[in-house]
Amino acid sequence: MESSPQPAAAARTTAATAERSDMVLHVNGVPYPLTLDHRTTVLDALREHLDLTGAKKGCDHGQCGACTVLVDGRRANSCLLLAVAQNGRRITTVEGLAEGDRLHPLQEAFLDRDAFQCGYCTPGQLCSAVGLLAEAADGFPSSVTPDTAAPGAPVPLTADEIRERMSGNLCRCGAYPRIVDAVGDVRDGGIRTGQDVAS
Amino acid sequence: MKPFGYLRAASVEEAVRAGAAQPGAKFLGGGTNLVDLMKLGVEEPPLLVDVSGLPLDRIEELPDGGLRIGATVRNSELAAAVAVRERYPVLSQALLSGASGQLRNTATTGGNLVQRTRCTYFQDISKPCNKRAPGTGCPARDGAHRDLAVLGHSAHCVATQPSDLAVALAALDATAHLHGPDGEREVPVTEFHRLPGEHPEQDTVLRPGELITAVRLPPDRPGAHSRYRKARDRASFAFALVSVGAVLEVRGGAVRYAALAFGGLAHRPWRARAAEEVLRGAPATADTFARAADAELAAARPLRENGFKITLARNLAIDALTDLAART
Repeated sequence: MESSPQPAAAARTTAATAERSDMVLHVNGVPYPLTLDHRTTVLDALREHLDLTGAKKGCDHGQCGACTVLVDGRRANSCLLLAVAQNGRRITTVEGLAEGDRLHPLQEAFLDRDAFQCGYCTPGQLCSAVGLLAEAADGFPSSVTPDTAAPGAPVPLTADEIRERMSGNLCRCGAYPRIVDAVGDVRDGGIRTGQDVAS
Repeated sequence: MKPFGYLRAASVEEAVRAGAAQPGAKFLGGGTNLVDLMKLGVEEPPLLVDVSGLPLDRIEELPDGGLRIGATVRNSELAAAVAVRERYPVLSQALLSGASGQLRNTATTGGNLVQRTRCTYFQDISKPCNKRAPGTGCPARDGAHRDLAVLGHSAHCVATQPSDLAVALAALDATAHLHGPDGEREVPVTEFHRLPGEHPEQDTVLRPGELITAVRLPPDRPGAHSRYRKARDRASFAFALVSVGAVLEVRGGAVRYAALAFGGLAHRPWRARAAEEVLRGAPATADTFARAADAELAAARPLRENGFKITLARNLAIDALTDLAART
């Protein structure tokens, strides 16, 4: 993996006294050179400077999850990340989940299950669910993972696991049962089993 | 938010030097609390020194059988580490009981320890607060204090430390490794956070420019079990009303070793030394556990609306210890 070169000491010293910096944001596989005020969050950089408006600004305080993106494959609240601090990190937004016209299996599952009403939280729900599946596969436990689970082994995603792991994404329409079902479908290989795991 | 300078530190030494050179400068780890407080106007650093790229992101085995946790290890990575899950389950459970998946992926070990109180007056710059603006008063004492302290508070501040991680580390006798302009030192986590006294603006014993570089865990005790229990207003993604971190070793029906720490009760993780005194050598029974909890909580001074925390803490401690005793 390529990484951005460390800025020279002189450039870093300048940034320490300046209020703006040059930076390169890597989003959905594309490097974007930008000059931004240090106060700019990743969320604002995406929406206001890169025209990537999929990630939504809900609470702007890390409490609602509508701004969730993937950073080096792990989900994060983009409203709390400063753009200037993302040196070399790879950001994936909801716009980067599909491959051309082929939707990501989670996007298909959300459509199939009608796992939304207004849709405002959906981009964050999708990115969070993508992150959740990778975390479980990588052996990340949650607070509902049984003590008896083997440390380091992939964690089976029960409905309780999905609910707990999605607790950082709020849905004011209350589409939670369908969201849990949709994530469960993808866990099962992207095929709707006819079983509603949330019920 | 006020404009600020930004420095991506290339070394611990550079970070410390830059942090000490500019009054009010802050270290940036994951930023999950700091950036939020900057948006609220509670924090107004003229300079952010970014330490997230420093090589402090490893968990290392120590020769004595302990663990050294780098300050920038993410909360989710630490909670998932096999060594932590196998030998220090209370630590993994504490981390997993806090925040959300997104926040745990971002928040760091060092940053978690220096996160600030969620007292609503502290977070609202239109209100007086001795912690945020010393000398302005504490509206929480007579106001909305249901979630705040019952132990160790002062006339000046009734805030609580919100970290779950800190409670587990206090129970595990962990030490924080600090690097400052005058060199390095180690501070037990139980002494890292202060009680508010007359200076609630000082959360910790950190000196200006001092950076947490690691947390060290002593070897786990063979035969001991540990766990974390947390009571909160909803089942997930909420701060503790009360929490307890417990380590218990029972031999022949008697308590051979016990370490107990409470969260949500005070301005720092509350290591329950009086309770441990009662537990040591006593029969590992619910009656002993109740007497131990009562011995600790006798010092509690509840505010008008948070007396329920004392009962809750008592029940959580009894529950956690009873569960641990049943495993031996």
